[in-house]
Amino acid sequence: MLEVRNLHARVEGKEILRGIDLIVKAGEVHAIMGPNGSGKSTLAQVLAGRDTYEVTDGEVLYKGEDLLEMAPELRAVEGVFLGFQYPVEIPGLNSLYFLRAAVNAARAHRGEEELDAVDFMALAKERMKAVEMGEDLLRRPVNAGFSGGEKKRAEIFQMTMLEPTLAILDETDSGLDIDALKVVSHGINLFRGPDRAIILVTHYQRLLNYVVPDVVHVIHNGRLVKSGGKELARELEDTGYSWVEDAAGKGTDDTMGQRTGYAADREGGA
Amino acid sequence: MAKTELDSELVGSEYKYGFVTDIEAEHVPPGLSEDVVRLISAKKDEPEWLLDWRLRAYRYWTKLEKSEAEPKWANVHYPPIDYQDIIYYSAPKSRKDGPKSLDEVDPELLATYDKLGVPLHEREALAGVAVDSVFDSVSVATTFKDKLAEMGIIFCSFSEAVREHPELVRQYLGSVVPYSDNFFASLNSAVFSDGSFCYVPKGVRCPMELSTYFRINAAQTGQFERTLIVADAGSYVSYLEGCTAPMRDENQLHAAVVELVALEDAQIKYSTVQNWYPGDKDGKGGIYNFVTKRGKCAGRNSKISWTQVETGSAITWKYPSCILQGDDSVGEFYSVAVTNNRQQADTGTKMLHVGRNTRSTIISKGISAGHGQNSYRGLVKVLKGADNARNYSQCDSLLMGSECGAHTFPYLEVKNNSAHIEHEASTSKIGEDQIFYCRQRGIKEEDAVSMIVNGFCREVFRELPMEFAVEAQRLLDVSLEGSVG
Repeated sequence: MLEVRNLHARVEGKEILRGIDLIVKAGEVHAIMGPNGSGKSTLAQVLAGRDTYEVTDGEVLYKGEDLLEMAPELRAVEGVFLGFQYPVEIPGLNSLYFLRAAVNAARAHRGEEELDAVDFMALAKERMKAVEMGEDLLRRPVNAGFSGGEKKRAEIFQMTMLEPTLAILDETDSGLDIDALKVVSHGINLFRGPDRAIILVTHYQRLLNYVVPDVVHVIHNGRLVKSGGKELARELEDTGYSWVEDAAGKGTDDTMGQRTGYAADREGGA
Repeated sequence: MAKTELDSELVGSEYKYGFVTDIEAEHVPPGLSEDVVRLISAKKDEPEWLLDWRLRAYRYWTKLEKSEAEPKWANVHYPPIDYQDIIYYSAPKSRKDGPKSLDEVDPELLATYDKLGVPLHEREALAGVAVDSVFDSVSVATTFKDKLAEMGIIFCSFSEAVREHPELVRQYLGSVVPYSDNFFASLNSAVFSDGSFCYVPKGVRCPMELSTYFRINAAQTGQFERTLIVADAGSYVSYLEGCTAPMRDENQLHAAVVELVALEDAQIKYSTVQNWYPGDKDGKGGIYNFVTKRGKCAGRNSKISWTQVETGSAITWKYPSCILQGDDSVGEFYSVAVTNNRQQADTGTKMLHVGRNTRSTIISKGISAGHGQNSYRGLVKVLKGADNARNYSQCDSLLMGSECGAHTFPYLEVKNNSAHIEHEASTSKIGEDQIFYCRQRGIKEEDAVSMIVNGFCREVFRELPMEFAVEAQRLLDVSLEGSVG
């Protein structure tokens, strides 16, 4: 479904992705783990088409097509979903209206009929239950005044409404208490299926207790430095990232890369 | 040949029913003097009392001008206006001077009409094309006018009202905005060219939005318009002013006056869409729109509601206000003001609570893009006798880009302790983050901007008559095109 080859990307002249290779097949759940500043959020943003980042080398094939050539909205209607680390607030824009426009954009792209308000509402009510989201949130403007946990739940809810084929979830677990984490995980697990793939971008292993990945990658300094099964996540939990940094650290240039990577990570999501 | 003659006859006949005065073309030299005021009045064959009123206004304005009393407090900047360099009377231009068909009209203007979804026959009228289709609309207008007349509703040009209903005009003219009100109102009172007059008799509910069918005539509105609307006891009227389509106008200074009077249990809903020429990207040209609009809730339980969508003009200086004189009367002000490129707007309202249990609502949405500067200026004044007055004000600003500005100047004067006043304000910015978020959900960039802006304005748009609201949304899209990204 997704083939990333030698992907390089930079922001403001600083290289953050330095040759990512990644193959994700339908039905798989991949976890990309790494310390702050390793480039994991940048990877998520680049795949979604954020133009703050300049791709300098490499290619990305999505369902055999050149993903990097597609506008962000085209990627979206083609089934690429990004669950944002920091979902932005849009005052005045009603959540329901927004989401219906999004759902109908995808349906129109697939040549399906648009959902009218009644059918949409029926579907929304059903899907909201999975993430235990109150209907009142949907009556409010997009993410406006939502708590951190509500925003993440809303992201997962949007995902279940949009039914993407590739979901990239950027630190969906950060800032969640254990109950919220369980709810969000439940939503993600319901979404898993043989035709869908998920990339979980995370700093911590705890999400992976609830959403068990098929493959775990460790990202450091803009490269995937190690890949393995779900046990790799446990290993990281026990040993931390320091061994990765020790193994990959090669002097001042890399330290610079880390710092800029960190800044870009924050900027990209905020 | 014969057809041309017929056309010109029809052109002539249009003035009979329309809003434009029936006067032979004639030039008056630039400048303002008592003679010019007398001449304007004479041209219109006005009664003595009206000439007197104009002259008093003129003399008052002269004093103001000498003492340099042109208002300078607004947050707008423009070079000094030479009032002796303005032509205060010019006969309406014949349609024959206009382009012969749409082929001769500026393609850019046509493209805008297209984006706005202006019906074809209206495009011709707006662009001033001299063709038959214009008259279709006029005859439609005439039909509706007859229907209104059956209900006793008077709706005609100001000049016609002076001729046909002098007692009504005399009773109410200047009763809400006296000629001495402010610099621009004085100027208007002295030299006003024409405008609209509406009287709705007791207990009559006007069955249509006034001016929807007449708006083509707005293409010929003058520089100094005067509108007077009187809703007698228990009546209701909804009045629409303006047009979403950009109109050509050679006059830079516009100083209109609008007066509304609502008697007991009467309601007036006044909606404006203003899209005068805003000047080019560098701020060259464009209309100065210095307008005085005020309504008086004279009777008990009366209501006046202003809704405005201001997207045009280089400078907007405008504060549609309500005098809440009758007990239990209600005043409302809903506003969307857009400034793009080098536009400046200083707009808001005044709510003057005089009677008991009077209520007012102010919802103001300012959108700034490009180098636009947008100021909200509002006064809520509660007089001593206004027991239990209530006001709710909400002023929101939306910024697009980093070169524009939004300013809020709320003033509050409360002389009665039982008053209940609430004020909320917010400023937000359309960011690339918001646009990207929408695009990541499959929504195109231009749709995203439109959704965000229209969401921001929703509380105001829902106050507009349905058809107008749709046009206003499109207008906003066009006005802000290319402002983000």
